[in-house]
Amino acid sequence: MDIFIQQVVSGLATGGIYASLALALVMIYQATDVVNFAQGELAMFATYICWTFLNAGFPYWVAFLSTLAIAFVGGVVIERVLIRPVENAPILTIVMVTLGLLVICNSVAGWIWTYVQKPFPSPFPERPFKAGNIVFGAHDLGEIQVTLLVLLCIYLFFRFTPLGLAMRAAAHNPVSSRLVGIRVGWMLALGWGLAAVFGAVAGMMVAPVLTLEPNLMGGVQIYAFAAATLGGFTSPGGAVLGGFIVGVVENLVGTYVHFIGTELKFTVALAMIIVVLLVRPTGLFGSTIVKRV
Amino acid sequence: MSASRLPRVAGLLALVLIACALPFVMSNFRLFQFSQVYIYAIAILGLNMLTGYNGQFSLGHGAFYAIGAYASAIMMDRWNIGYGWTIPVAGVLCLIVGFLFGLPALRLEGLYLALATFSLALAVPQILKYFEHWTGGSQGIVLNKPNAPFGLKLNPDQWLYYLTLGVLIVLFWLGANLLKGRIGRAIVAIRDNHIAAEAMGINTALYKSLVFGVSAAYTGVAGALSASVIAYVAPDSFNVFLSVTLLIGSVIGGLASISGAVFGALFIQFVPNWAQDISKAAPWAIFGVFLIGFMYLMPFGIAGGIRLLWIRATRSRVPQEGRSAVPTQAHTTT
Repeated sequence: MDIFIQQVVSGLATGGIYASLALALVMIYQATDVVNFAQGELAMFATYICWTFLNAGFPYWVAFLSTLAIAFVGGVVIERVLIRPVENAPILTIVMVTLGLLVICNSVAGWIWTYVQKPFPSPFPERPFKAGNIVFGAHDLGEIQVTLLVLLCIYLFFRFTPLGLAMRAAAHNPVSSRLVGIRVGWMLALGWGLAAVFGAVAGMMVAPVLTLEPNLMGGVQIYAFAAATLGGFTSPGGAVLGGFIVGVVENLVGTYVHFIGTELKFTVALAMIIVVLLVRPTGLFGSTIVKRV
Repeated sequence: MSASRLPRVAGLLALVLIACALPFVMSNFRLFQFSQVYIYAIAILGLNMLTGYNGQFSLGHGAFYAIGAYASAIMMDRWNIGYGWTIPVAGVLCLIVGFLFGLPALRLEGLYLALATFSLALAVPQILKYFEHWTGGSQGIVLNKPNAPFGLKLNPDQWLYYLTLGVLIVLFWLGANLLKGRIGRAIVAIRDNHIAAEAMGINTALYKSLVFGVSAAYTGVAGALSASVIAYVAPDSFNVFLSVTLLIGSVIGGLASISGAVFGALFIQFVPNWAQDISKAAPWAIFGVFLIGFMYLMPFGIAGGIRLLWIRATRSRVPQEGRSAVPTQAHTTT
């Protein structure tokens, strides 16, 4: 039982990372109907920027917040420069552009920072936290807190600020929003910026666990896909919940189903994606989009 | 019509003759590279059928390439089956696997299919490592290069070059006949408007899964050939970047185009070689830049660009004949 609880908690911790990245994917999907295949690589790139700051001697949280600011600006710039020209192009074109972005980020990161694995510090104390016989990693608990804090901020932002409302309107009904004076193009760009911020949080939280290297986010991204598919690409709340579910399932399956272990991690994610798409393509909380022909 | 086809046929024959003459003027290493080009071209033609002509995404064709390569390698290594037999068997195996994967894919549209195939591409190396008993785990399987049969005086590289060239010609001829005929028109119709296609009596479900199967079979044959040519298979050479490479070749050559497959293959084989001199990471940076650049500037790829130039040239010279040079099919990407 103790092991079970321990595994659930550490599953929730990794789930938080998947949730952040899944939320980034869903935000972009809602705003522009694009799945950003480069989301994970952008997060990896942001994590390297944070590593550079830390290496230069900045305190952790200063580096953390500066990275978030840079990630935001980077996301906005990418939307304005790369995505906007192909906004109305066929899906294939946009997918190709994001794939191009993926390979560019990956190779440029390898070019600048080499492919050698780098240790990445955790901002949380090393001493594990004990409750009875159960031991929780401090980083796990910290990760969950950071994720929940980010989610709370984003909820408050979208629920209570005029800008958040405008962004939701732009994603929901671009034509009418433009008529009431919302600058839809900029709202989409802000969406990309915010998505880059969530990705960066996920990257900086996962890097201490996996150690930093250019292929850091490959595995995280496939699980974030699984999370977003499970929760529904049209539902941000669903994607977050999906992230936590996927994280816990991954951990429990890895612990209790011996023939899978950690060697077939990606296959578990693949199976989850395919099963969800076959049984309930809109995900748990997604809504079906009815198209007129 | 026959008059306008004559230069094209003559040009193709000339190209084939030049390709046949290459082993007499080139080093074994160059021949090896060109064998790779032919292999990539076969795989990309398979991908073009699916993504370019039929409009179904696949970001995971490296998976079928891996299945073909491993099927061939395991047959050669474990059961001592001749490499010549393993190639069609690998093709049929991939046809079946592709058809089966195509069935659930029917329910997935656009982005979701892209997601599913992308995850497939990520999962393949792990699956290969897991079945260590068959695949040799991360060590892979080392094979021998086959010698030329019938007492031909060719070294293994030359013989493999001719073998891949032969398979390429046969598969391209088959593919061209498939795509230019009734079935090909049905495939394109599904891409352009699947509801209208269904209303005209095309069994879209059957065609879509069949195209998936045939496309996978082409890619699988390419994989099987690569196992013989490289004489080695290892899980990490079939990672997600292989799938992306094939896709890049497909886009840069020209998505809905048969000749585009060759241009794309030349690109993905030779550009990284040149870029490698700059930095280890440079090939991918250049791939990415080209991919995005082509999407903005030349969405129909090299083949589409050449076709446009050709139409312009013939039109300005002989205006009344120009009309017949306009392709009858609309070569658009979806």
